[in-house]
Amino acid sequence: MITARNMVKKFGHFIANDHLTFQVRKGEIFGFLGANGAGKTTAMRILCGLSAPTSGEISVAGYNVYRQKEKIKRSIGYMSQKFSLYEDLTVRENFRFYGGIYGLPRKRIRERTAYLLEKLNFSHAIDKKIAQIPLGWKQKLAFSIAIIHSPRIVFLDEPTSGVDPITRRQFWEMIYETASREVTVFVTTHYMDEAEYCNRVSIMDQGRIEALDTPARLKEKYQAANMNQVFVQIAR
Amino acid sequence: MKRFFGFVRKEFIHIFRDKRTLLILFGMPIAQILIFGYVVTNEIKEARIAIYDKSKDAVTHEITDKLLSSDYFRLAKTIEDEQQIEATFEKGDVKEVIVFESDFDEKLHHEQSAQVQILLDATDANMANLLQSYTSGIINDYSRHIKVSSGNMPAIKPKPRMLFNNELKGVYMFVPGTMALILMLVTAMMTSISITREKEMGTMEVLLVSPLKSVQIIAGKVMPYVALAFLNGVAILALGYLVFDMPVHGNVVLLLGETLLYIIMALSLGIFISTVSPTQQVAMFISMFALMLPTMLLSGFIFPIENMPWPLQWLSTIIPAKYFIILIKHIMIKGTGFVFVWKETLVLLGMTAIFIGLSIKNFKIRLE
Repeated sequence: MITARNMVKKFGHFIANDHLTFQVRKGEIFGFLGANGAGKTTAMRILCGLSAPTSGEISVAGYNVYRQKEKIKRSIGYMSQKFSLYEDLTVRENFRFYGGIYGLPRKRIRERTAYLLEKLNFSHAIDKKIAQIPLGWKQKLAFSIAIIHSPRIVFLDEPTSGVDPITRRQFWEMIYETASREVTVFVTTHYMDEAEYCNRVSIMDQGRIEALDTPARLKEKYQAANMNQVFVQIAR
Repeated sequence: MKRFFGFVRKEFIHIFRDKRTLLILFGMPIAQILIFGYVVTNEIKEARIAIYDKSKDAVTHEITDKLLSSDYFRLAKTIEDEQQIEATFEKGDVKEVIVFESDFDEKLHHEQSAQVQILLDATDANMANLLQSYTSGIINDYSRHIKVSSGNMPAIKPKPRMLFNNELKGVYMFVPGTMALILMLVTAMMTSISITREKEMGTMEVLLVSPLKSVQIIAGKVMPYVALAFLNGVAILALGYLVFDMPVHGNVVLLLGETLLYIIMALSLGIFISTVSPTQQVAMFISMFALMLPTMLLSGFIFPIENMPWPLQWLSTIIPAKYFIILIKHIMIKGTGFVFVWKETLVLLGMTAIFIGLSIKNFKIRLE
């Protein structure tokens, strides 16, 4: 679903992404790990069309990032690092707005809203304003909205930062559920326990991908008990 | 197109759910126009005047009595020689000095003409103008009255002279001025804040990832403000016309067209501000200090541009409101057509183009 070959992004002399090469398969949960400033967000922004790469062959959902940006945008969902719902709008209005900008017909928006809220067990709060809803719920809603238009790939930029462990757990259940319907999930995270939930992870350091494999094989290779130890060995 | 209207609807919800925005949008313009209006157009009541009567005959006494018997004037001082006039004004004791020339009665009856000089403290231009017209009115009235009784045509000629501000700039300034100020604030400040809010909240990124084009995003964000600012402009014009008797001599369509152009200019300025400010606070700060104060002080709204030192005069040429005020005054007061205001229109168009160009450039840099 995502192919990057020698992806480079320079800001002046600073190389944020240094010849990244990786592939993400359909329905895979792909973890994108790295310390702050390692270049994860830059790479994700390029894949989402928010930023133009300096060089490299990159395709997302089968479309070329240089020439077919618009097609890519229709095929992906995105949940930003910052919380991205409108506080002064109700849950229903947020769903309607985001469904609307993806061009879904009214009826389809209503169906999707009802379906996604039901799965969250949150139908009762449909007319509450986002400002009145606790953070953990907001994150889950933001995820639901990121997939309202049934994208083929969903990009999650540190979706669980700042939420409690129980909500994080529920959040990952949502991710699994989504991936089980052949949606590719591309997720960046700081939490190493979350890395264990991914099918495959890549670990970035100073703009380069230092390791890319399943969590089990990485642990074996670095002879570590958990992903945290793997990460510390690479990032040091 | 449907997506775009969904966007506009969302924007209206933002505006109507935020009490502060609503207050700025609708409360402020009405409050301002009323405040400026009532402060500037004050009725005259017991204005302090001085009289310098060089003649002291029956006619001058009659005129003096007529003036003082109205509620408008109160005699604060009787002046006996030329030098005292200036001193009296400088002390600020009186707003007006009336000077009857010598041998008034005689000149009136033998030469059919006599002069009354009306000297006014025009630091308060509007007040001076009002005093002048009230005084002249009373004197003319008297003049007509003696004409009828005596049969011949004697004439008393009131000769008003404005001191300190002899061209009386500032009258009828408040409607065009308030309009320029409010439209600038509403459009530039509100658009820049609402766009930076999306940036700050992180929703802008999500919008940019969506299939909406950035032009659609920006247009969707500013569209409601164009509509509301235009409503505001019409409301101000209506208030000025109905409450303060501001004349509208020119073409209404041209007037509204120029208003719309000014709004679009302010809007492109707002977009530009939003591209350079990282947070809502910065956007607000820039709008306040870079827009509001110069618009009030340098546009000719409060202080006449002609009286400014040349660096400020030069600076005033880059204040968009200046051109809008000139335009509006021409169209409303003088009733001139497009041929006389095309230069100002062109300046506003040019400014719009510059701000939009700069915004696109900044926007692109951010996306690189």
